[in-house]
Amino acid sequence: MTGAQILLECLKREGVEVIFGYPGGQVLPLFDKLYDSDIKFILVRHEQGSAHAADGYARATGKAGVCIATSGPGATNLVTGIANAYMDSIPMIAITGQVKSHLIGNDAFQEADVTGITRPITKHNYLVKDVKDLARIVREAFYIATTGRPGPVVIDIPSDIQMQNTEFIWPETVSIRSYQPTYFGHPGQVKKAAKLISNAKKPLLYIGGGIITSGASLVLRELAEKIQAPVTWTMMGIGAFPASHKLSLGMLGMHGTAYANHAITDSDLIIAVGARFDDRVTGRIDAFAPKAKVIHIDIDPSSISKNIRVDIPIVGDAKNILGELLEQVKKLPDTAEWLKTVEGFKKKYPLKYSKEGSKIKPQYVIEQLDEATKGDAIITTEVGQNQMWATQWYKYNHPRTFISSGGLGTMGFGFPAAMGAKLGCPDKQVIDIAGDGSIQMNIQELATCVCNKINVKVFILNNGYLGMVRQWQELFYKRRYSHTCISGPDFVKLAESFGAVGIRVTKKEDVRPAIEKALSIDNTVFVDFHIEPEENVFPMVPAGEAINQMIEGLA
Amino acid sequence: MKHTISVLVENKFGVLARVAGLFSARGYNIASLAVSETLDPTVSYMTIVVDAKDEKILEQIEKQLNKLIDVITVTDFTKKEHVERELILVKVECSDQDKARLESLVKKYVAKICQRKENTVIIEAVGELEQIKQLLEGLSKFKVKELIRTGKIAMA
Repeated sequence: MTGAQILLECLKREGVEVIFGYPGGQVLPLFDKLYDSDIKFILVRHEQGSAHAADGYARATGKAGVCIATSGPGATNLVTGIANAYMDSIPMIAITGQVKSHLIGNDAFQEADVTGITRPITKHNYLVKDVKDLARIVREAFYIATTGRPGPVVIDIPSDIQMQNTEFIWPETVSIRSYQPTYFGHPGQVKKAAKLISNAKKPLLYIGGGIITSGASLVLRELAEKIQAPVTWTMMGIGAFPASHKLSLGMLGMHGTAYANHAITDSDLIIAVGARFDDRVTGRIDAFAPKAKVIHIDIDPSSISKNIRVDIPIVGDAKNILGELLEQVKKLPDTAEWLKTVEGFKKKYPLKYSKEGSKIKPQYVIEQLDEATKGDAIITTEVGQNQMWATQWYKYNHPRTFISSGGLGTMGFGFPAAMGAKLGCPDKQVIDIAGDGSIQMNIQELATCVCNKINVKVFILNNGYLGMVRQWQELFYKRRYSHTCISGPDFVKLAESFGAVGIRVTKKEDVRPAIEKALSIDNTVFVDFHIEPEENVFPMVPAGEAINQMIEGLA
Repeated sequence: MKHTISVLVENKFGVLARVAGLFSARGYNIASLAVSETLDPTVSYMTIVVDAKDEKILEQIEKQLNKLIDVITVTDFTKKEHVERELILVKVECSDQDKARLESLVKKYVAKICQRKENTVIIEAVGELEQIKQLLEGLSKFKVKELIRTGKIAMA
């Protein structure tokens, strides 16, 4: 078999159903074999779209997403998407063509040092130098991408290697001596943690994307209910615990709920699971949860004690360790008083927005979408105000239903990610909540959607601004709106020109009917909501402040 | 504070770049770095001297190194008994009247003169950090023209 055939056979054996990609000179041999393959191939309109689509597919399904690009500019166009997947620990395989082996290092046409460029933004990467190594490398790449703390892996394949022949040998097992993730928690540590939980008065579960990766939602819920501890989450943890649950506190941090931020500040024991105490969560470190002891459960040892001091570190898989804790906590803490305090925070500091005025409020659009879909859709987002409103006003009750660029904060992510999610979950409604700025960053994928009948809906919260940056300028730069007033196209006509459907909404009373209509159309739909232009996201913790020092919105 | 860390890595191309890249990306300082093959040709041995402000940074360095797929083990020698050595080459200007003084200094430390030219000598010395430091102090009374150090290697 040729290298190209071996690669495709390996992808098939790894269970790959769909590949997102774009052809080019150095992947010609691969694309020639792809022509005969039964793996579904989605031709995107920009390589960045393929990486985000593979990422969205992975987040929606839990399986590794796969994208392919040619050498040089094809590969560099993947870079943002790879970095995005790396920051959020998403399993992804990015395959890039490379110039012929003997030309590497010669500044050949469309040559770039792809392993060099992607080294700091991948979990691992490979340059294939011998076709005999290819099958093993692909097998290892999937293993590395999907185990431990997942992440993207790049396989850079020179075009001559794609053409060379060798015997295909499928490695039945993978064994990498230097890579052995820890899955089970140290029993002594688990015991100590159980004791702390039993003796806590104000325990709080602080959870992140690790719960979703590990598939630990059910056991998390059992533990929370058993010890009667409220649960707050990071943006990556949205959906891991039902938002409608009475122990739910919603998201914490910079634009989290005020009651979550007050609760964690008041808590005496934080049980952190699969979360990494990111600066958007902690605010000013020395003022973060000053009274709390911290149990930190994470599969990545380097996440522990990186940002904050931890009392009981436990390295391992969230599902296993939470299961262990569930058994080990025999004496239950008495949290009745604590839950009353937390209820008090919820009553005193609810999420709110001003419903006055005739203009459409973005929060209202999302509330209506939540009602119309009964909280059962997959929501992707762009980055900025649209993203924060999407976290605050839609109630996510299931894992893998909220897909958003967390660590990297990549504008232009949501639309291609929605394509990937829709291909992974064709029976779900998939809606990208976008801003008029972000959507223009990967708007070319409209053609991909229409051509392949990927019927995602894009809700543009159109305020004519790069809203989040404008909000910071309003609050911290004396309303000097430097280059944040952005014009856009006529999104309705634009959608129509691609063969999609466009709907414009300018009145509040038209919001719900437009949503119902969009959801019922069997095509890609852009809904252009003209919203209150200077609406802000509140509450907000200013950069460098303690997280209980929030700017509240208007009542 | 300076810490000596040994890192066993897969002997594959690009591994040094991964390790060096990790240090630069996270803003850690490498004071010295020595790399070579081991008895097992599939494994390379790195001795890295790092300048870590505090224990927390050192802990992160170890954890981040361990996270690299090609890293097999990481050992912090600061915490255990070990032997460490460094090799230096020093070129010193040497007139006839300096000769005797220089030779007695070289004898005092575990050093030797490995090249003599008209006005210069090259001195080679192997030793622990403290010995090397003392030798260099002694040599500072002469005109040192060039100094090359291998960086520390260590074994437990």
